[in-house]
Amino acid sequence: MATLGFLAAVTVGVAATVLGLLGAVGRAWTLAVPWLVPLGGLELALDPLGGFFLALVGAAVIPASIYAIGYVGGERRGVLAYLGFVVAMCVVPLAANVMTFMIAWELMSLASYFLVLHDRQAGASARAAWVYAVMTHAGLACLLAGMLLLAAWTGSVRFADWSAAGPGLPAGARGLALVLLGLGFASKAGVIPLHVWLPLAHPAAPSHVSALMSGVMIKLGVYGLARASLDWLAPAPAWWGAAVLLAGTVSAVVGILYAVVERDLKRLLAFSSIENVGVILIGLGAGLVFRAVGLAALAVLAIAAALYHVVNHAAFKSLLFLGAGAVVHATGTRNMNGLGGLVKLMPCTAACFVLGAAAISALPPLNGFVSEWLLFQALLQNTRIARLELNLVFTLGLAGLALTSGLTLACFVKAAGITFLAVPRSEAAARAHEAAPSMRVAMILLCVVCALLGLGPTLVLPALAAIAGPLVGSAPLPALGDWLTLRVSREFAALSPLALTTALAAAMLAPMVLLRLAGAARRTRRYETWGCGRILQTARMEYTATAFSNPFKRVFDFFYRPEKRLDIEFHPDSRFFVERIEYGNPTRPIFEDWLYRPVLSALSVVARRARAIQSGSANVYLAYILAALLVLLVLT
Amino acid sequence: MFRQLHVALRTGIVTEPVPRDADVERLGGRLARERRRVFGRSLAIRHVDAGSCNACELEIAALTGPHYDLERFGLHIVASPRHADCLLVTGPVTRNMAEALLRTWEATPHPKLVIAVGDCARDGGIFRGSYAIVGGVGDIVPVDAVVPGCPPSPVAILAGILDVIGRLR
Amino acid sequence: MITDIVLALAQALVGAAGAPLLVGVLRTLKARLMGRRGPSPWQPYADLRKLLRKETVVSTTTSWVFRVTPYVLVATMLVATVVVPVVASRTALPFAGIILLMYLFLLGTFFLALAGLDSGSAFGGMGSSREVAVAALAEPTVILAVFALALRADTTTLGGIVERFAREPLLAANPGHLLAFAAFFIVMLAETGRLPVDNPATHLELTMIHEAMVLEYSGRYLALVEWAAAMKLFVFLTLLANLFFPWGVPDIVEPVPVLLGLLALTGKLAVLTVALAGLETIIAKLRLFRVPELLAGSFALALLSVTAVFLVP
Repeated sequence: MATLGFLAAVTVGVAATVLGLLGAVGRAWTLAVPWLVPLGGLELALDPLGGFFLALVGAAVIPASIYAIGYVGGERRGVLAYLGFVVAMCVVPLAANVMTFMIAWELMSLASYFLVLHDRQAGASARAAWVYAVMTHAGLACLLAGMLLLAAWTGSVRFADWSAAGPGLPAGARGLALVLLGLGFASKAGVIPLHVWLPLAHPAAPSHVSALMSGVMIKLGVYGLARASLDWLAPAPAWWGAAVLLAGTVSAVVGILYAVVERDLKRLLAFSSIENVGVILIGLGAGLVFRAVGLAALAVLAIAAALYHVVNHAAFKSLLFLGAGAVVHATGTRNMNGLGGLVKLMPCTAACFVLGAAAISALPPLNGFVSEWLLFQALLQNTRIARLELNLVFTLGLAGLALTSGLTLACFVKAAGITFLAVPRSEAAARAHEAAPSMRVAMILLCVVCALLGLGPTLVLPALAAIAGPLVGSAPLPALGDWLTLRVSREFAALSPLALTTALAAAMLAPMVLLRLAGAARRTRRYETWGCGRILQTARMEYTATAFSNPFKRVFDFFYRPEKRLDIEFHPDSRFFVERIEYGNPTRPIFEDWLYRPVLSALSVVARRARAIQSGSANVYLAYILAALLVLLVLT
Repeated sequence: MFRQLHVALRTGIVTEPVPRDADVERLGGRLARERRRVFGRSLAIRHVDAGSCNACELEIAALTGPHYDLERFGLHIVASPRHADCLLVTGPVTRNMAEALLRTWEATPHPKLVIAVGDCARDGGIFRGSYAIVGGVGDIVPVDAVVPGCPPSPVAILAGILDVIGRLR
Repeated sequence: MITDIVLALAQALVGAAGAPLLVGVLRTLKARLMGRRGPSPWQPYADLRKLLRKETVVSTTTSWVFRVTPYVLVATMLVATVVVPVVASRTALPFAGIILLMYLFLLGTFFLALAGLDSGSAFGGMGSSREVAVAALAEPTVILAVFALALRADTTTLGGIVERFAREPLLAANPGHLLAFAAFFIVMLAETGRLPVDNPATHLELTMIHEAMVLEYSGRYLALVEWAAAMKLFVFLTLLANLFFPWGVPDIVEPVPVLLGLLALTGKLAVLTVALAGLETIIAKLRLFRVPELLAGSFALALLSVTAVFLVP
C-alpha cells in the first residue's frame, strides 16, 4: 500500500520533470480554471524559470520516493501527506496568480508540517513542528502583505500583469514590495536570521522528506525571490542586489560555522543547507547588481551559476540526507559520537556518502566544484562595476564564499570520517546493517547524477544561460565555449572537466605503473594501528566529532561564545579520588538569544496589555460593536 | 631574530669526523651486503626506551646535534615505527615494557634491524637478575648488533650503527 | 596540440623528478645554518628508493580510503605540476586556472584528512582536525590574493597572468602586488606545513599537523605520500616565483626559450629556497592556537593588497 503511494509519487515526479524540461527549453503553456477557487480562479502557466524549478522538484522526487519504499518498510502513515507535499511543490512554480500560489504554498507547508510531526513519540518533534508552523506562517503573512500590495498597485492578481506593470512602479513602492516579498521568501529558504525552524524541522522529519525539504522546498523560496526580483519587480535596484548578496554571504558563513560544531548528523546537514542557500543568494545577488548597472552578460553568468548551484545542491544534499537516513535506520542514532566503522558494515552507503561529501566540498571533478568555480569567476569580474561601494560588497562576498568553501571541507571531512571510518564507537554502530536495495538504488542514482553534472557543464550551462537570459533582458547570450571547454567572458577563465578528469585518471595510474616499473616491494601485512605500544586499543582512543570541531570552536569563540561546564564528583571520603567528571562546552545560540527572545517577549508584553480589552462583560462588547459601526459609517 | 642568522653564519660547521674502528658486537647471521644494499644510503631510526635510566638517551640525543650529526650519513630519527628501519633500544627490558617493545617491533615493516645500545640492553647491565626486568633486548626481539657501554659515547653509538649498515669502512 | 601534450609531460617530469631535490637542498641548507654538515641534497631520492624496498604494513581498522589516498595525493600533485607554468606560460590545457589549482589542493587535503581519521588513532584524528582547520582559514587569503592578481591581469588562467605581467612589467609595480606576494607566502608556509605553522622534522606527535596524518603509512604508500608532499612544496614555490615575478618565463614553446625558462626558474627557486631556509632557522613554531592569528594577519595583507590595487591605478 505504501509502496503504491510512493510509486505514484515517482510517476508524478517523472511527469513533472518532463513537463518542466519542456518549459525550460521554451515551450510555454497555460491552464486557467476560473471557477475552481474564488479571487481569480486557478491559473497555471509554464515559462522557462518555472519550468526549471518544476523539473528540479520532479527530478528530486524520483530518488526520494524510490528510497522511501525501502525506508518506511510498509508503514502507511504519512504517505498521503507525502503525496500532497509533492503535488503542492509541483504546483508552486506553475502558479500564475495570487490565489493559486497561496493555496499551493499553504498546502506545501501544511503537508510538510504533518511530515515533520511523523515521529510523534519524540518530544523534540512536537517543538520542531510548532516552530516550523509559526515561522512558515509568519513568512506567509509577509508574502500576503507584499502580494496584496502589488495587486492593489497594479490592479490585477495575475503574475503576468505584474511583469508587464513592473517597470512602471514608483521606486518606493517597488522597494517596499521587494522587502516584504523578500522577507517571506527568505524565511522559507532559511536565510539567516529567519532560519531557526530549519535545524529543528529537517532532522525531525523522516529522511526522504528531509531530502525533499532541503533539496527542493527551500529552493522554492529561492524561486520566489528570483521571480520577484527578476520578473515582477524588474528592474530591481542595485541596493536590493547588494542586500541579497550580503544576506547570502552572512547566511553562508553563519550556516557553515554552526554546521562545523554540530554532532547530530542530520542537524549538520540542515545547517549546511542554510549555507548553500546563502551561496545561491550570493550568485543571485551578484546577478541582480550586474543587471542594475547594465552588465547583462555578467548578470547572465551569475544567475546561471546560481541556478547551477540550485541543481547541484538538490543532487548532493538529497544524496547526503538519504545516506544519513540509511545510517539512522541501521544504527538508531544520529549522534556522530556514537557512530563509526560503518564503512565495513555498510560499504555502499559509505561510498555514496563520501562521494556526496566530496561533491558538497566543491572538489573537482564533481558538480559542486563547477558551480562554485562559476560563482567565483562571476564575482571576480566585479571590477567592471565602477562603483566602489559595490566593489566592497563583492569583495566581502568573495572572502565569505572562500571561507565557507574551506569550512565546508572541514565539516564534511568530519561528517564522513567520524560517521563511517575507523572503528564503531558504540554497540549500536557495531550492529549496523547495509541499507535496503531500493535505498541503495536511489543513492547510486544520485551519485551518477552528481558525476554527470560535474562532467557535463558544457551542456548544462548554456541551457541555464538560456533561462537566465530573458530574465535579464540580454538578447544575445554570452559565448560559453564548446562541448569540451567552458569559457567565461572570452579569455577570463576556462575549464574543461572532461580533460581534467582524464588528466586526473591518468595521473592516478601513473604512480601504479611507476611502482611496478621501479620494482617496489608488493608485500602487505595487516597489523593493529600504532598506539605507542599500548596494550589495549579500544574505540575510546578515536577522535570524536566534538574533538574534531574543537579548533573551530576556539578560533571562532567570539561567535559561538561557548560556556564551559565542568562538574567533578569526588569520592565522599577523600578529595584525591575522582568518581565522575562531566564536561560540556555547548555553543550559545546567538539568534535565539538576541533576536527571537526579545521579539517574543515584547510580543507577549503587548499581548498581555491587549488582554485588557477582553473584559468578559457583554455590555462592554456591545459598546465596542456600536463604536466600530459609528467609525465605519463616518469613514465611508 | 637576524642576529641568530649572523651567529650561525659566523660559527660555521662544527661536525667532527667519525673514527674508523667501532666497538660493536654483531649478533645474528644477516648478510652485510644485503643490509648495505637496502639501508646503505638511508636509514630511519626509531628509538625505544625499554626502561632505561636515560643516560643512553642523552648520548643518543647528542647524535642529532651539530657535533656528531647523524644526518650526514643518511640516518634520521623518526617518530612512528611504521616509518622506521632500525629500532634503537635502550634500557633493560622491564616487565612493563616487554609487551610494548614487542608491539613496536611488530609494527615496524620488514626488512628491519634492531640495535641494542648500552650494557643494560645487552643483558640487563647493572640491573641483571632484578625481579623487575625480563632480560636483555635479545630475549624479546631478535637483535642485529649491540653497542656496549654504560653509557656508550655518541661516537661509539654512531660507529655501531654505521657498521651495521656497512658504511664504516 | 602535440606540443601542448609534450609540454605538459615535460612539466610533469620536471616537477615530479625535481621536487625531492628541492626538499633535499632545503634540508641541507637548514643543516648548514645550524652548524652541521647535514644530509646530501640527493638524500630524499635515497629515502624514496629505500621505502620502495620495504613491506607495507596496513592497519586492520582502515578501509579503502586509506589505500586510495596516496594515489589521489600523487595524482592531484602531478596534475598541479602540469597546470602551473613551470617552463613555459603557454599552459594551453583548458583547465589551467588558479581557482582550479586551489581546489586540487583541497582534494588532496580531503582524502588525506579522511585517511588520518581512518586509522582510528588519536594522532590521526588530531592531525586531520588541525589540517582542515588550517586549510579552511587559509582559503579567504588565497582568493583575495588571486583577486588582486586577476584584477590587474584581467584573467584567472595561470598562463594568462604570467603572460600579461611579463609583457607589461609596470602592472606589477604596485604595492598591492608585493602585499599579495607576502600574503601568499604565508599561505604557502601554512599549506606545505613549514615553520612557523608546522615543523616538518618534529617527532613530538602533539606538535604535528601534517605528519600526524601520515603516521600509519609505510613502505610504498609512505614513498608516494612523501613524494606528493615534495611536489606540493615545488608547486607552491614555482607559483610564488613564476606568478609574482614572471620574467624569464617564455611564452613560446621552442627548445632554447624553454631551457632559458628552466634556468630562470632554477634561479628563482634557489633564491626562494635560501630565504625559506633562513626563515625556518630563525623562527620558532607557533603555538597551535596562534596559527589562526597568523592566518588572519595574512588575510589582512591580502585585503590590503586588493585595496591597493583598487586605489592605486
